[in-house]
Amino acid sequence: MLRGINDLGERAAFPFSAIVGQTSMKRALLISAVDPAVGGVLVFGDRGTGKSTAVRALAQLLPKMRVVLGSPYNIDPTSIPETDGVKSRLVPVPVVDLPLGATEDRVVGALDIEKALTQGERSFQPGLLAQANRGFLYIDEINLLEDHLVDLLLDVAASGENLVEREGLSIRHPARFVLIGSGNPEEGELRPQLLDRFGLSVDVATPEAIKDRIEVVRRRDAFDRDPTAFYEKWKRKDAQVRRSIVSARERLESVDVPDRALERAAALCMALGTDGLRGELTLMRAARAHAALEGEEQVGEAALDFVAPMVLGHRLRRNPLDDSRAVTRVEKALAELVG
Amino acid sequence: MTANLPFTGVQGQPLHAPAPIPGDDVRAMVWADSCMAAACFAVAPAGFGGISVRAHAGPVRDRMVAHVSGLVKGYGPLRKLPVHCPDDRLAGGLDLAATLSQGRPVAQRGLLSEADGGVVVVPMAERAEGLVVTRLLNALDSGKVAVERDGLAHRLDARVGVVALDEGLDDHETLAPALADRLAFSFDLRALSIRDCVSPTIHAADVEAARGRYEQRSEQGEIVEAVMAIADAFGVRSARIGLFAVRAAHALAALNGRDLASQDDVGLAARLVIAPRATQLPSVEQTEPVEDEPSEQDRPDPRDQEQADPKDRSDLQADDNSMDQGPLDDRVVEAVTAAIPADLLQQLKLGAAFQSQSSRSAAGQGAVRMAPQRGRPLGSKRGRIGGHQRLHVVDTLRTAAPWQTLRKRERGNAGVASSVDVRADDIRVRRFKHREESVTIFVVDASGSSALNRLAEVKGAVELLLAESYARRDYVGLIAFRGSAAELILPPTRSLVRAKRALAALPGGGGTPLALAIDAGGQLASDCRKRGQSPRVVFMTDGQANVGYGNASGRAAAHADALSAARRFATERLSAMLIDTSPRKSSKAAELSQAMAAHYLPLPHASAEGITAAVAAAASSVGRG
Repeated sequence: MLRGINDLGERAAFPFSAIVGQTSMKRALLISAVDPAVGGVLVFGDRGTGKSTAVRALAQLLPKMRVVLGSPYNIDPTSIPETDGVKSRLVPVPVVDLPLGATEDRVVGALDIEKALTQGERSFQPGLLAQANRGFLYIDEINLLEDHLVDLLLDVAASGENLVEREGLSIRHPARFVLIGSGNPEEGELRPQLLDRFGLSVDVATPEAIKDRIEVVRRRDAFDRDPTAFYEKWKRKDAQVRRSIVSARERLESVDVPDRALERAAALCMALGTDGLRGELTLMRAARAHAALEGEEQVGEAALDFVAPMVLGHRLRRNPLDDSRAVTRVEKALAELVG
Repeated sequence: MTANLPFTGVQGQPLHAPAPIPGDDVRAMVWADSCMAAACFAVAPAGFGGISVRAHAGPVRDRMVAHVSGLVKGYGPLRKLPVHCPDDRLAGGLDLAATLSQGRPVAQRGLLSEADGGVVVVPMAERAEGLVVTRLLNALDSGKVAVERDGLAHRLDARVGVVALDEGLDDHETLAPALADRLAFSFDLRALSIRDCVSPTIHAADVEAARGRYEQRSEQGEIVEAVMAIADAFGVRSARIGLFAVRAAHALAALNGRDLASQDDVGLAARLVIAPRATQLPSVEQTEPVEDEPSEQDRPDPRDQEQADPKDRSDLQADDNSMDQGPLDDRVVEAVTAAIPADLLQQLKLGAAFQSQSSRSAAGQGAVRMAPQRGRPLGSKRGRIGGHQRLHVVDTLRTAAPWQTLRKRERGNAGVASSVDVRADDIRVRRFKHREESVTIFVVDASGSSALNRLAEVKGAVELLLAESYARRDYVGLIAFRGSAAELILPPTRSLVRAKRALAALPGGGGTPLALAIDAGGQLASDCRKRGQSPRVVFMTDGQANVGYGNASGRAAAHADALSAARRFATERLSAMLIDTSPRKSSKAAELSQAMAAHYLPLPHASAEGITAAVAAAASSVGRG
C-alpha cells in the first residue's frame, strides 16, 4: 500500500508555488530538501496558516528518487556494492505522515503476525520509519505526540538507523529522514530537548496585508472548484522550484564558505549565547543550502542573515519575563554585528 | 460599599457584562439565521466542515438537529459519534472476533470511514478530547482517516461534515479551539424557546437542487474581495474563515436558484460565518454611518435582512465591483453587526481588549483536553487478564505466532476448532506508565488598589513557574477574585503563550469575596484530581474578606463565610498553601490557612522570584496531593 501523501493518482495537493507569502516556511522546507543534514524543520503557528498544506505541497514537488525494486527501506541502488542484476525504479520521495495515536509497533516495525500465523514464518513487517527512509517524516501537532514516541524518533533521527529488538526479531535498517513537525504553541510547549534537535524552526502567521489574505482565499477557492485545472496552471512554477532544488543539490558541495562567513556565524552564536556547536554548524549548512538555492557561489552575509532567525531562534535560552520574540532577539544581535 | 474600599481610580467594569435579554425579534433572527446556516451546510457538508450548535439538550436543539438531519437525508450516511468512542471504533482497528476465528489479522472499518460522504453528529462535543478531536481534525483537513496501529496500516476516505452539539455552560467549557476553527457555522440557541422555532422555509428538495448548482459555481474574484474586506473590518484574519464565507456566499446563491453570488449573498454569508467570530467592530473612519451601532431595539427585522427587497438587490448587483477597496456597504456592516451574538457584541462595544478572539478561543479547554491524561502506553507485558488488566490482542498473537507450527504438530489430530492456539503463557496485557501531572492553581486576590502591584508579581510567578515546569509537563492555572466573583482567568495550561495572553488582560480592583475564591479553588482542584492530576492550590491574599456569600457585605460576615469555606476546603484534603501578602503578618490570614489545613507563608514583599521559590519549596515539603 502506498502511504506517501504525495499520491498524485488520487488528488493533487495544493501546489507549493501557489502558497501566498510564508517565505521563511517555504524556504526552510526547501533548504531541508537540498541538504537533509540541516536536521529537520519545525513549523509553529496559528491554526489555518497552511502548515500542513505546505508540507503536502512539498511532497508533490520533490524530484523522484531511484530505489532498489521491492526494497522496503527505499535502498539507493548506488549505495550497494554489487549492482549487477539489481533492478531499480523511480519513485516519489516518501513524505510519511505519522498520525497521532500511532503505536510503537507501526512506527518501528514488528513481527508480521499475518505471516507468522498463516505461514509459520518469522518475518519483519517494516514500520513508518522504514517507509520514511531517504524521505520526510511529517508529524502534525508534534507537541501532542506521546513522549515515548518522541524519544524514539529523536534517537533514530540522530543515528540514522532503526534498531528493532522485539518478539525474537533482531533487525537493523537504515532510517535517514528529515523530520518535519508542526504545531500550535497554544496547545502546549515542546520539550527543550526536542526543540534543540530540529535544525530549523519557523513561525507562521496569518498574512498581515489584506491583499495577501484575499489572494490566499482566491487561490484556495480556485483550487477547490477545480483542483486539476489549478494544478495544471501552477505546474510550470512548481517545475521551476523542482529544478532549483535539483541544481542546488548538485552545486551544494562547491559553494564556498569563506572565513568571513565562519567568523560572522561564530560571533553571532556567541552574542546570543547559544549552547554548543550545533547552532554554528547548522547555521553554516543552512546558509550554504540557501546560497545554493539562490544560485550564489559563496556564502555571503545575506545568506547567513536570512537563515539566522530560523536556525537560532529556537535555541535561545528563554526568559519568560522577556516578551520579545526570539526572532526579534536574533535580528537585534545581527544588527549589532557590524562588519 | 464600605468606606475603606479604595474604589476610586479603578474603573469598575464588570468582567463579563451581563448579556442583555434578547427580544422576540432578535430570537427570531437567531433562529432564521441558524436555519439558513444549516441549509448552507447541507449543500456541501464536507466543504463547510460543520456546524456547532451551542444549546442545552431540549426541544429547541432537537428541532435544529431534526432540521439538519432532514436536509442532509439522501446525501450520505448520518452517524452519531459518542464523544468517548474508543479509537478502534472511531478510526478502525482490529476485528477481534474475526481475527481470532480466522487466525490472521482482520481489520474493521471505523465510524469515520463508514460516514464517508455524510455527516457525523457529535453530542456533548465540548467534552471531546485527545484522539477523538485529532481524528475529527484530520478527517476535516484531509478527508481521510489514518491508522497505524496494532499491526494495521490503512488510509480510508472520511469526507464528513460535523454537527457538534455543544452543551457547555460557560465560556470555559467550549469546543476545542482547533475544532471550532474548522466548522464554518456556529450558533448559540440557548436563549431561544420552542416558540421561536418557526418552520424553516428551506426544504431538502431545495438543498438538493442547490448542490448541483454549487458544484458548478464559477470564479467570482469580486466576491472573494468583498468577503475578505468584511472579515478584515470585523477583525477576522483567518484565511480558513474567509474561505468558508466565500463558499457560503456561493451556497446561498445556489439555494436561491442563482448561478452567481450577489452582494446580498455576501452580506448574509458574512453574517452567518464572520459575525460569531468578530473581534472588533468596523472602525469609524471606514464606515461613518455605523458610528453608533444599532442597539438591541434597533436591530433590523430579520425578515428584511434575508429576503431583501428585489429592487434593492438589482441596485446592488449593478455596482458589484464597487465594494472591493472602498468603504464597506453600510447595510452589510449593519447586518453583520446585528448578527453578532449579544454578549460578544457587548464585549466588543466595551472595547474589552482582554477578550480578543485569540484569548477567547484560548479560554477553551482544548489544550488541556488534548494532553494525555491516563499515562502513556508502554507496550505490553506478560500477564493475566482480569481486574484492571486489559488484553493486548496483537502482542498476544505475536507471542503465540511463532509456536503455531509446533503446537499443531504437538496437538496432532486432537482436532481443536480454533485456528490459533493461544496458551496462558502467551497472554500479554497492556502496560501504562502513569506519570502524574501536577497542576498548580493560583487563587489570587485581585481586589483593591494594592492588588495591581501584587498582580504584577503573580503574573511573573505564573510565567516563571510555567517556564520552569514545561519540561516536566506540569500545568499552571489562575483564579482571580475581586468585586463579587471569583473567576477562572487561566484554565490549567502548559502553554506559556496562552498564559501570557490571559494574564496580560487581568484587571484589578473591587471587593474581596474570599469565601467564593476558596470554593472556586477547591472546585478546580478537585476537578483536576478527578482527571488524574495532582493539584496544589496557592492562595495569595491578606485574608481581609469583605464580601460574603450572596454578595453580603460586612467584614464579620464575610470572614465567617470565608472560614466556613476554608473548613470545607480542608475536608477535601488538598495540598495547599496560603501566601499572606499583607505588610504585617495578619491573624486572619493565619487563621484561614489553619482552617483549610494549608501551609502558611507570610511574604509581605513578594516578588515573582520569591513566590516561585516559595511554591517550589512548598511543593517538595508538602509533597504531592
